[in-house]
Amino acid sequence: MKSKIAIAFKNCKKEKRTALITYTVAGDNTKSNSLKILNAISKHADILELGFPHNTPIADGGQIQGSSHRALRNGIKLNDIFNIVKKFKVYNPNKPLIMMGYFNLIYQSGENKFLKNCKASGVDGLIVVDLPYPENKNFAKKCKKKSIDFIQLLSPTTSNDRMKKIIKDSHNMIYYISMLSTTGGKLKVSPKKILQNYNKIKRINRKKNIVIGFGITNKTIASLKKADGLVVGSQLCKTITNSLKKRLNTAKVLDKMVYNLRKKII
Amino acid sequence: MKIKKSIPLIDQHDKNFMYGGKFGGNFIPETLKKPIDDLTKLFEKLRKDKKFLKERDYYFKSYIGVPTPFIKLENLTSHLGGAQIYAKVVSEANGGAHKIYNATVHCLIAKKAGKKFIVGDTGAGYAGKMLSMAAKKFGLKCKIFMGAKDIKRQRPNVQAMKKNGAIIVPVTTGSQTLVDAVSECMRYWVSNCDTTHMCVGSTVGPNIFIKICAWSTAQISRELFKQVKEEFGEIPKKMKLLNCVGGGSSAMGFWNEFMDTDAEFIGIEAGGPKSSKLHAAPLTNGSKIGILHGAAQYVIQDKEGQIGSTDSISAGLDYPGISPLHCFLKDTHRARYTSVYDEDALKAYQLVSKLENISPSLEPSHAFYEAIRLAPKLKSSEIIIVNSCGDSLKDKDIIKQKLGSYIR
Repeated sequence: MKSKIAIAFKNCKKEKRTALITYTVAGDNTKSNSLKILNAISKHADILELGFPHNTPIADGGQIQGSSHRALRNGIKLNDIFNIVKKFKVYNPNKPLIMMGYFNLIYQSGENKFLKNCKASGVDGLIVVDLPYPENKNFAKKCKKKSIDFIQLLSPTTSNDRMKKIIKDSHNMIYYISMLSTTGGKLKVSPKKILQNYNKIKRINRKKNIVIGFGITNKTIASLKKADGLVVGSQLCKTITNSLKKRLNTAKVLDKMVYNLRKKII
Repeated sequence: MKIKKSIPLIDQHDKNFMYGGKFGGNFIPETLKKPIDDLTKLFEKLRKDKKFLKERDYYFKSYIGVPTPFIKLENLTSHLGGAQIYAKVVSEANGGAHKIYNATVHCLIAKKAGKKFIVGDTGAGYAGKMLSMAAKKFGLKCKIFMGAKDIKRQRPNVQAMKKNGAIIVPVTTGSQTLVDAVSECMRYWVSNCDTTHMCVGSTVGPNIFIKICAWSTAQISRELFKQVKEEFGEIPKKMKLLNCVGGGSSAMGFWNEFMDTDAEFIGIEAGGPKSSKLHAAPLTNGSKIGILHGAAQYVIQDKEGQIGSTDSISAGLDYPGISPLHCFLKDTHRARYTSVYDEDALKAYQLVSKLENISPSLEPSHAFYEAIRLAPKLKSSEIIIVNSCGDSLKDKDIIKQKLGSYIR
């Protein structure tokens, strides 16, 4: 069976547009609300990233920390997260979903058990923020065996040599971190420079789907639409925070927001 | 799992930077891979560079004021009866604690790396105070991340940092203590690693920080080794080295040179308040291995892997994890670990300050309590040495509040 992530990129390429990838945190602010949000935004997004929250994140900025904190305060557990994925997949069986988080949760659950649960609930890919290459080689192999895409990360500090090795061992999608920043930082590098780096990566292997993330908002997204895919995360988390404050329907607000994001890149 | 003889403990890791195949490593975001690789290479070069070692020794002597005194606690010994109790008075080092060694070395490295900014975390405020001092000395701009709760309870050190011109960033996420300060500092470094050097305040974090810190604090045991030989003519067969452990940097420095001797190592963790289930003693209480701040270690956490809350009267020990080096020492049975309650640490502070010329801060007071507990059970031919690695002055407010008065 072909990777749903690969199919999503293929479809986008056919339509000559960049793939829109969203990130929200599972359980933010409740289990049912985060499922409603996923269902709503999946109409406009091509791939969904779902964060499994950790209370000591070393690479997340304030917005995602806030979302994670809300979800954990409401008692979200890994099993609940797999249930959210399962329920989502009942109505959206072909929409690729990537789980993203920190390694300790996988480590505590046991790599094999974690992957079994991913498979059973329909997870298509995994991003593990603090399991870099080559330490992730073994785990990435295990993912592949289960037909789950392990998504490697590249950053502006990644050397050329290292890039080549990582790309060689990568699966269907690679995540390029746009700048030196935690998630949700203000874009401090020009889109031109980011695309230059992006093209450098593309030249190593044209077939790989490279997405750009960090600092992407409704204001910056259009300037990067030449990429295979673009990830918007912190801005969605921030919007959830704001709509909770105003007691608005978060799923509706996010629905509209992701719709507008998509309009900017087609 | 075994410790090898005559190889520095910090170098006994595998190709993944893991000790005993289980502890440590580099669980870090991709962005930090290169800065950490660069720092690793630079440090490996510098520690072999005679000129750099000379520079280090020069500043250790002229700036930190090594060697720190090694004294016998005559009054405490006769008060308790039993083992002979000594103290290595590391609190006599410039700034008043062992954190100055690591801070000085990091500033020297930052200079070599051509960095103009340095950032660090702090719990008790010592690591921050020393880093701000050393940064000022070496002309680096300094930023310190400190939990909002710790800022309140360690006022004297906060004032010192400000006086040294450091910017203090209060961390208001999570428990607002050391664990969050380290996270926030690492996040800051992720965003600024091109211009800024990071100093991790203890033997925790990605492998290179563990190495630099333990290599720096090893000065304590380098001089103690000589002092012990001078005092006893040899390294005594029955000698116990007691040290409090939070992250574990002072204990690593205190024990390092004695690794291949018969000296017994006892690490004392923070047991928290007697009435509370919370503590900061992952080794004593059998916490499971998990990943915290880039390294695998025994860490207080729940079943799912969320890092657990801790409680300790001593901000410097109030940390859910513990150095991978101590995990390694525990599992190889080279060291043993126990914990002491808040209330008992206070008692030890009071007794030592009353009887002796030194006044340990709440961190080493944990170790002193263990000495007080052990000494009467031992023969007078046995030796106990406690690392008095901090001065009580910074804890004046807490002590006054808990005991009604402060003596020093």
